[in-house]
Amino acid sequence: MSGTGARENIFPTRMALTNTKLRLKGAQTGHSLLAKKRDALTTRFRAILRKVDEAKRKMGRVMQLASFSLAEVTYATGDISYLVQEQAKSASFRVRAKQENVSGVMLPTFEVERVAGSDFNLTGLGRGGQQVLRSKEVYAKAVETLVELASLQTAFTILDEVIRLTNRRVNAIEHVVIPKLDNTIKYIMSELDEMDREEFFRLKKVQGKKKRDAAVADAKKAEENRLAEESGQFAEPPPYVDGEEVSGDLLKSKDDDVIF
Amino acid sequence: MASNEQSKDRVFLAVIGDEDSITGLLLAGIGHVNDQQKKNFLVVDAKTQVSTIEAAFHEFTERKDIAIVLINQHIAEKIRPTVDKYQQAFPALLEIPSKDHPYDPSKDSVLKRVQKLFGD
Repeated sequence: MSGTGARENIFPTRMALTNTKLRLKGAQTGHSLLAKKRDALTTRFRAILRKVDEAKRKMGRVMQLASFSLAEVTYATGDISYLVQEQAKSASFRVRAKQENVSGVMLPTFEVERVAGSDFNLTGLGRGGQQVLRSKEVYAKAVETLVELASLQTAFTILDEVIRLTNRRVNAIEHVVIPKLDNTIKYIMSELDEMDREEFFRLKKVQGKKKRDAAVADAKKAEENRLAEESGQFAEPPPYVDGEEVSGDLLKSKDDDVIF
Repeated sequence: MASNEQSKDRVFLAVIGDEDSITGLLLAGIGHVNDQQKKNFLVVDAKTQVSTIEAAFHEFTERKDIAIVLINQHIAEKIRPTVDKYQQAFPALLEIPSKDHPYDPSKDSVLKRVQKLFGD
């Protein structure tokens, strides 16, 4: 019934009804679109989820390999960590963020960008230069894996947030906006019906009163006519006042009713 | 999205890790020292204070030119509440294994969420 649920505070008119119906239609369209968006995002999200899981495990292996190659370097060259830390000046290994569009959501993907730099060229000059070079390569590969993983993870975080947002919107439309509009429409309809009935009843009443007035007027007129007629006839005494005399004068007096 | 312009000039990686991890990653060429002589890496050893790690973590996550923050998992363990609280997309936070501490997926803050989502 109307008036039970929440409804919009609106004046029940036909225009408001049209507007509300349009808004309901809009809300339904929006709901279905958002639901579609949510489904698309969720599909994407599931795929990314699986990839993240895989990449994390792969990273474990890759980093292990990298650590081992560094151990080789340490064995051949000795401790180079201090040297390397002091020589780090400008990053030759950078990332560039690119955008990917998944149903209106911008997902960043990082891309490796290597600036040709000749860092640490002299590292391991004495001995173990080969190991250092290998280690550099292995670590570069490892970092590439890490960058890949990072973009997956960023996509994961963003998608997670967007999906939650979309879910909230879908639910809000489904459980708040649409019922509210429905209630408003019902309310306006019932009010309009009520107004219709009132109008009909009023018209009936008016009609009845008019009829009554007409009847009264008719009666009055008839009465007046009769009175006028009677007053005209009253000039001579009514023929039927005295039975014996009238009967005597029956042929003399002229009666309208008598046709023979 | 606001992250559009934001992500454009994020080019560097930052590392918080033990000596070996840092050395390896620097060999790969991610090390950078900017104009203010700020390094994008922090070497953590047994003597490093937790507060120092946290400060570095906050600095790296708030810098505008860093795209990815790498942190050794055993160091992330030390500042676990801070790491778990970190939910931003930029910079991406990545927990990496170190030589002495093999990778444990069950401790990773992101993987924990992944597991949770797969669970239900």
